[in-house]
Amino acid sequence: MNSDLGRKFASAAFIVGLFLLWEVLCLVFHVSDVILPRPSQVFVTLWQRAPALWPHTIQTLYTTMLGFVLGVAIGVVIGVIVGWSKLAYDVAYPLLVGFSSVPKVAVVPILVLYLGSGTVPAVITALITCLFPVVVNVATGLATTEPELEDVMKALKATKFDILWNVGLPRTMPYFFASLKVAITLAFVGSVISETVASNRGIGTMMMIASANFDVPLVFAGVFILAALGVALYAIFSLVEARVTGWAHRKTEFAMG
Amino acid sequence: MSEDDFVKLENIAVTYGRKVENSVTALDETNLRIGQGDFVALVGPSGCGKSTILKLVGGLIPATRGYVYVAGRELGAEPVRIGVAFQNPTLLPWLTIRKNVMLPLKIVPPFRGEYRAKKNSEFKDRAEALLTQVGLKGFGDNYPWQLSGGMMQRASLCRALIHDPQLLLLDEPFGALDQFTREELWAIMQELWMTRKPTVILVTHDLREAGYLANRICVMRARPGRIIDDSVVPFARPRTMDMIYDPAFVKLTQRLRELIVEVRGSNVPQTQASVEAAA
Repeated sequence: MNSDLGRKFASAAFIVGLFLLWEVLCLVFHVSDVILPRPSQVFVTLWQRAPALWPHTIQTLYTTMLGFVLGVAIGVVIGVIVGWSKLAYDVAYPLLVGFSSVPKVAVVPILVLYLGSGTVPAVITALITCLFPVVVNVATGLATTEPELEDVMKALKATKFDILWNVGLPRTMPYFFASLKVAITLAFVGSVISETVASNRGIGTMMMIASANFDVPLVFAGVFILAALGVALYAIFSLVEARVTGWAHRKTEFAMG
Repeated sequence: MSEDDFVKLENIAVTYGRKVENSVTALDETNLRIGQGDFVALVGPSGCGKSTILKLVGGLIPATRGYVYVAGRELGAEPVRIGVAFQNPTLLPWLTIRKNVMLPLKIVPPFRGEYRAKKNSEFKDRAEALLTQVGLKGFGDNYPWQLSGGMMQRASLCRALIHDPQLLLLDEPFGALDQFTREELWAIMQELWMTRKPTVILVTHDLREAGYLANRICVMRARPGRIIDDSVVPFARPRTMDMIYDPAFVKLTQRLRELIVEVRGSNVPQTQASVEAAA
């Protein structure tokens, strides 16, 4: 327990230390805030411009979360189908790999063409960027279920659904949560890209406008907000993951709870 | 021949692999009859199709030729309650030991329909009673990874028995355990069988294990897999570890051992005469 606290303290100190170093280096070398603003300037900007930044933050969070939730839902469905059925796996997997290797940025102009600018393309871009990690992980988790485990169930005359529900899906949970942590950060990438290309709201848009005005501290404020949002959501999923899949990490807290 | 053959294999052949040139004949011309409540051990060199027989009877793989009857009907026609335990305990790591043991009750009728209503009362007591019988009292709330290999294997046996199976299929369930744990589990297995009397088929490499537990020992040979000897183990129950040093027991295991050594590695087909001589 004590060493655990020590580790947390060390990692917090490391982060604070990096910011301090950044601050000090900027001061020592007289770096202009048009080139690289000091963290203190960024925080001041965040504080002073908070009323203006807030709606953009909400917009980005909204499009990202909506895209993420839809992407995960669709990803789980496709992943279960592909992982469950050998036929679907053989047929769909090459296509999925092809789709997932297309840079999602390249899709944004097409989406704008079809759907106009604003919230909808941002949601869709977030959706498609976070879809594939979920599909691939869920499918892999299901497809790699130990044959012996399946034999135990089959000898009990379990239906395919019984096996999926009692063995396949619980076993896939660690894969699923690992993919969620990747997917949430990718969803931010998707929505922000879409916002920078075609939108009049959101952190991405705000950063484009700020950079056009050489308001570099505001650009960095946007980066800080995105980082904070990403870290917060990542942390939430890590917590849920520890609760649900503690068995995979042999956590004693899981055994107690 | 009798009507009460619980398991009957008739002229079974099992071939793995679709193409003729690289197909493997795991079993060929295999006949086996097992009476209700009997305890039969299958021994033989690796690759002789012991596990294939288990999988056939368990309905996990189809026969390429021949018929499998369980409880007097062709397999699949009538649900027979089957319990299985493998060399690997195959417990579900996300469930507690008790929930693992109760898994078959969730799947197998008629328990399946009552699972929700009884999982915290009758079924829980049932699991607890079995766990106590194998020496796992008080471990029901633990997770599998908190237990030793021997303890996990005990839990696996409980899971195989919780739904009162008519047929118990054991594929080297004690193979990965140390000698002392293994001998302890033989005694537990014998007790479980004597109190519940399921029909058991045990696949093992250990002749002493086969002799200690089984009523009958079938020796198999490989390529193609075939049963070449079928001996009755005449010793009275409950058997004890002392019996293993009984000259008659030693003589039996020695004879079986020689048989296996003889068929191991040689691809020469066993003659019908030697089968009859052995039987």
